[in-house]
Amino acid sequence: MSSSLKKFLVTRILLTIPMVLIMITLVFFIMRVLPGDPIRSQLGPRVSEEQADRLRERLGLNDPILVQYGNYLKDMLTFNFGNALTRGERPIREELGEKLPATLELSIPAMLIAVALGIGLGAFSAKNRKKPVDYGIRLFSIFIYSIPIFFLGLIFQIIFGVRLNLLPLSGRMDPILLTTFESKTNFYIIDSILSQNWAALKSTLLHLILPSLTLGLSLTGVFIRLTRVNMIEMIKSDFITAGRARGISETQLIYKHSLRNTFIPILTMIGLQMALLIAGAVLTETTFSWPGMGRYLVDRIALRDYTAVQSTIGVFAFFVAIISLVMDILYALVDPRIRY
Amino acid sequence: MEKEILAEIKDLSVTYPTRIGSVSAVDHVNFNIYKGEILGLVGESGCGKSTLGKALLRMIDPPGEISNGKIVFRGENIMEYDYNHLRDFRGRHVSMIFQDPMTSLNPVQRVDEHLIETIQVHEPQTKEDSALQRSKVMIERLGIGIERLYSYPHQLSGGMRQRVMTGIGLILNADLIIADEATTSLDVIVEAKLADQLREIRDEFGVSLLLITHNIALVAEMADRIAVMYAGHLVEIGDIYKIFEEPKHPYTQGLLASVPNIRFDTNEHLYKMPGEPPNLTHPPLGCRFHPRCPHAMPICSQREPLLVEIEEGWSVHCWLYQEQSS
Ligand SMILES: Nc1ncnc2c1ncn2[C@@H]1O[C@H](COP(=O)(O)OP(=O)(O)OP(=O)(O)O)[C@@H](O)[C@H]1O
Ligand SMILES: [Mg+2]
Repeated sequence: MSSSLKKFLVTRILLTIPMVLIMITLVFFIMRVLPGDPIRSQLGPRVSEEQADRLRERLGLNDPILVQYGNYLKDMLTFNFGNALTRGERPIREELGEKLPATLELSIPAMLIAVALGIGLGAFSAKNRKKPVDYGIRLFSIFIYSIPIFFLGLIFQIIFGVRLNLLPLSGRMDPILLTTFESKTNFYIIDSILSQNWAALKSTLLHLILPSLTLGLSLTGVFIRLTRVNMIEMIKSDFITAGRARGISETQLIYKHSLRNTFIPILTMIGLQMALLIAGAVLTETTFSWPGMGRYLVDRIALRDYTAVQSTIGVFAFFVAIISLVMDILYALVDPRIRY
Repeated sequence: MEKEILAEIKDLSVTYPTRIGSVSAVDHVNFNIYKGEILGLVGESGCGKSTLGKALLRMIDPPGEISNGKIVFRGENIMEYDYNHLRDFRGRHVSMIFQDPMTSLNPVQRVDEHLIETIQVHEPQTKEDSALQRSKVMIERLGIGIERLYSYPHQLSGGMRQRVMTGIGLILNADLIIADEATTSLDVIVEAKLADQLREIRDEFGVSLLLITHNIALVAEMADRIAVMYAGHLVEIGDIYKIFEEPKHPYTQGLLASVPNIRFDTNEHLYKMPGEPPNLTHPPLGCRFHPRCPHAMPICSQREPLLVEIEEGWSVHCWLYQEQSS
């Protein structure tokens, strides 16, 4: 690795720290501003004010806000996260250790679907510009972009789950298989392969199809439009004309020369789309009862479980930062003109 | 001197349909390109030089099209080629160097990748390492250091890039290189170097060169023959010395008189041609130059003259040099 690349990476990593810090600080204070607290949200009027106060005292909620903030930062920076304030007060690390793999197992295939389908259709659309297939793809991209995720999920559930009865409606695995399924990593695909439990693998994959398709398709529209627009610009560039003049075929000009150059803006876009992916994951998980971070977050926000919410968002922020870092590095690899 | 014909352009017209009417960018043009010659193609901006160059590769941007005529290259009518045949023709027999060296190479491909790709597109059976070997030989022959082979376009200077483009154009032993303003964006010294090099290449490879340019001085220095276009018409073509000595077409006369520092030019004042080139959606009837022509006659606005040979290898498209009855 060249020293300039190292320097670039170090600065880039150092820059992500304040980004994550600002994010988790915002979350901390927004949670405190929201009306309600974890005790009342969970126990309601069942406990007396006295009992509630004792609980608050024990959970550290009576400490001055800055002390709480300090403890919170310490917990976040050590990746310790502390305990949840509700639902049995389990260590958050343990809880996220179960939820994060579920979310990743959903989001990674969704992102792959979005990127592959989005770039493929976008490039095809650009190649066939102003032909019926181009209008068709553009219409599809607008449609898929504007349709709400839960609605798309619902339609899929009705068609493939209820009407055709081909695919499961919700969850990550058949509940009967799940009772005997031993999960070490909480990535069900990995676990079932490691334990050579093919029935579980099949069930996991079947359960994955509708949610990942829903989430993936909801992101596809953006990629189609982005790829198409950039490709059309790229096809007009001089080096494409020059390539044509030395006998390179149209297919190669599109899928090799233009596409590789189009990847540069697309990579940036993938990084920027992370927020959309996370928002989409939350909605998809809710629609398909997928036991991931998104559903966890929604559940814990309702309970005002400060630590759980803060930690979950902290992890999301961390991932967004990591992905955008990876995108920057890929960007530099794809585009030889980037200088650090 | 018996010259061998490489390409015959016969009655070639190119039109671009636009919202305000169809643009007649090249209109019934006839000329030959000989083997191993340097033919300079000059004319005002927008007169159809680039369009003519692209037409030789049948690369007119749609919806524009070659609306008339044919191009016969080494005895074959390329208008009859299907797409695959045409694709193989481009780059193998005719290559093109464009104006902007900054943008005519793929920014994410190294020089060697450009060269190897060009070879393999036309000779799929050629192995990568033998293609690389040929690329090295070519690069060295053009006076580019071998280490440049592994550079990306942005790491090269403009002059270097044009040499790389030239190398790509020559790698398959093309018969004709079309250089469309290839030197325009370079500084004078680099331009002179590239010009020298192009001439050397012609001598060494026996390739023909169609030199499209605004720079009359460059044509004077490099070309064997000169072709002058005006508003889509080829108005005069012939030996460079003869035409520079005594241009026949009034437009050529004006064009040459308006150029500073030409050897024969002893005028003290530069000539300024009156008027503007016509709008090609509605070109003037007859000779397209007649509204600006100091020698215009009644017939000039009524009928288009023919391109007639006034002397062996010297043709003019002007009523001054032909019988009005014809
Ligand atoms: N793609 C196109 N669509 C419509 N009209 C075009 C197109 N390309 C060129 N033209 C028109 O055709 C005419 C000839 O253009 P061309 O580019 O061949 O001129 P040129 O002689 O190369 O000019 P320059 O010296 O500025 O490069 C011009 O009037 C131009 O406006
Ligand atoms: Mg031009």
